[in-house]
Amino acid sequence: MAYLELNNIYKTYGEGDGSTEVLSNINLTMDEGEFVAIVGFTGSGKTTLVNLINGLLQPTSGEVLFKGKPVTDTSHERGVIFQNYSLLPWLTVGQNIYMAVKEAFPKESKADLMKRVKEYVAMVSLSPAINKRPKELSGGMRQRVAVARALAMNPEMIIMDEPLGALDALTRGNLQDEILNIWSQDKRTALLITNDVDEGIYMADRIIPLKPGPNATLGPEFKIDIERPRDKTAMNDNPVYKKTRNAIIEYLMDIGEERKTVSNVEYKLPELTPKSFVA
Amino acid sequence: MEQEMVLKNEKSMSASFKQLLLKLTPSVKKDGIIKSMKNAGITLLSILLFIGLWHMGSKALYNKEADYKVEKALQERGEEAAAAERACIESGDSSCQPNTLPSPTQVWASLKSLVADHQVIKADKAAFAEKLSATNEKLIAQGKDPIVYTGRASFIDIVLTSIKTVFAGFLLALLIAVPIGIIIGLSPSLRSAFNWFIQVFKPVSPVVWYLLVFMIVKTLYIGDSSDNAFVISFISVGLCAMWATLVNTAMGVSSVDKDYINVAKVLKLGTFQKVFKVILPSSLPLIFTGLRITLSVAWMVLIAIELLAQSQGLGLFVWEEFQNGANDSNSKIIVAMFVIGIIGFLLDRLMLTVQNMVSFNKNEMA
Ligand SMILES: Nc1ncnc2c1ncn2[C@@H]1O[C@H](COP(=O)(O)OP(=O)(O)OP(=O)(O)O)[C@@H](O)[C@H]1O
Ligand SMILES: [Mg+2]
Repeated sequence: MAYLELNNIYKTYGEGDGSTEVLSNINLTMDEGEFVAIVGFTGSGKTTLVNLINGLLQPTSGEVLFKGKPVTDTSHERGVIFQNYSLLPWLTVGQNIYMAVKEAFPKESKADLMKRVKEYVAMVSLSPAINKRPKELSGGMRQRVAVARALAMNPEMIIMDEPLGALDALTRGNLQDEILNIWSQDKRTALLITNDVDEGIYMADRIIPLKPGPNATLGPEFKIDIERPRDKTAMNDNPVYKKTRNAIIEYLMDIGEERKTVSNVEYKLPELTPKSFVA
Repeated sequence: MEQEMVLKNEKSMSASFKQLLLKLTPSVKKDGIIKSMKNAGITLLSILLFIGLWHMGSKALYNKEADYKVEKALQERGEEAAAAERACIESGDSSCQPNTLPSPTQVWASLKSLVADHQVIKADKAAFAEKLSATNEKLIAQGKDPIVYTGRASFIDIVLTSIKTVFAGFLLALLIAVPIGIIIGLSPSLRSAFNWFIQVFKPVSPVVWYLLVFMIVKTLYIGDSSDNAFVISFISVGLCAMWATLVNTAMGVSSVDKDYINVAKVLKLGTFQKVFKVILPSSLPLIFTGLRITLSVAWMVLIAIELLAQSQGLGLFVWEEFQNGANDSNSKIIVAMFVIGIIGFLLDRLMLTVQNMVSFNKNEMA
């Protein structure tokens, strides 16, 4: 039995004439302990897909099975890092995370919970900002708080919707390593949405492109056969890395081209006869 | 070469001098002080201008009224009477003063007399209390009601009554509108059920609210001789002013950012937690905007309602002075007008401060 299973998922927003089918015929299976990355163009329906898996949305047809059971609601087993951080602006960094751990570990004492909060705040190196409110933080800092909040709940499966998009390369690298660290300890399962192919190759076991919508569907998967722990600098010279990277980018460029030609807007050019200036 | 050196030197010297200057005079602060002084100056100037215009206007009106009086005396009672009338007006005798817009000085004098009057009444009250303290103690010991002071209320008492009424009304509005607003904000079906109710009752005028409350309270107070004017007026004020809070609360609660709701769902907060930790905090700014409107509406309608309810507040004061038509009535009305305006302004400031304190996104608020 697969850990996570998406069977023939269709998702339509709206009703009647105004409806758009964002996702169609999505099929995906993930095993326990796997790290899967989904790459896709902006607006192709990645967040929609994530919300179907974490239980915030229900598919129009098809089913999402988590450990064999249909997903009908959110669960602490599946932690989410939202794309737009979604921090509560009236709470400080510490309070935002505290709220999460308190729900995840209802039996723990306040002191234990605070310890968890501090640990994860330190992990994303925000200890000096623990008493700041989100609006006093930069975009990247907010993103790190969102990462800390999701990981602090110690979920079995981590679902990440472009979690590191707003970060500089260095912080990004550090957090990638932190996430990999947490993932590999007691073999969690992870689903990463990203628009960065290199990030996908560095972190994931498989990369699956999401073809651009409407009617977005998953493309062929690319297996990343590189030993873990992976070394970022050494990877650049790894022939497997180069080959996979080229294959993925080529594929993405192809579907990108397709998208352009598929766009069925016909440009009617006015018929003009060029005037001769020499007369 | 040498010249260059000198130049360089000069530059660095002027730079360090500038730094020294900067240290000595924190320029930002200085700019701030100059700016606020300038603002204060402009405000003062405009106040003076206003008083000047007012003075001239009231003088013109005074002269017109005086001329009319003299003219009338001339036509009705002849030359002599007219001369007597003019002499009387010029002597400043209160019996024949033209009754028109009072001048700033008259208003100032009235303010002083009202305050002085307050001192007299206060002394009177104290004397009364002292005189009757023994009797009252006996009455209380016998289980009877003590004798209370029923003399005239002073202007300050009147103002305090008004403020008390407005706060009681505001509190009532808060206690009714916020909970109901939250409940109908949470439930779309309740919201549509309540919608007609809100739409119909929101535009009802203060006078009608007063009449409605009067009908009900009068019946409830049957057999009770105590004064219900205060109760009637604060309930009317509250009912009249609560709508802004009700609508804003419902709107704030129903339009919480979807991201926050998603967070609540992913963290699996219970209903109670979701309402108190996510929905309410995120709608607080809108709720307080509503409360601020409610307070200012309450203060505005208060005057009319106190007048109708015969409650010993500013509304009744203004009306009685107008009816009274005594010599200094007009200037007392103007005093009341200023007091009403200034208190209204202060109440609004108070609410703005509270509002800024609770709003988490200060820079996004006006
Ligand atoms: N609640 C909604 N109602 C209607 N349409 C929606 C809704 N949410 C998303 N969409 C539409 O679905 C499509 C996919 O949106 P989605 O947010 O899933 O894209 P995405 O791949 O996450 O984009 P990005 O990379 O910019 O985050 C978009 O065209 C969007 O307009
Ligand atoms: Mg998205």
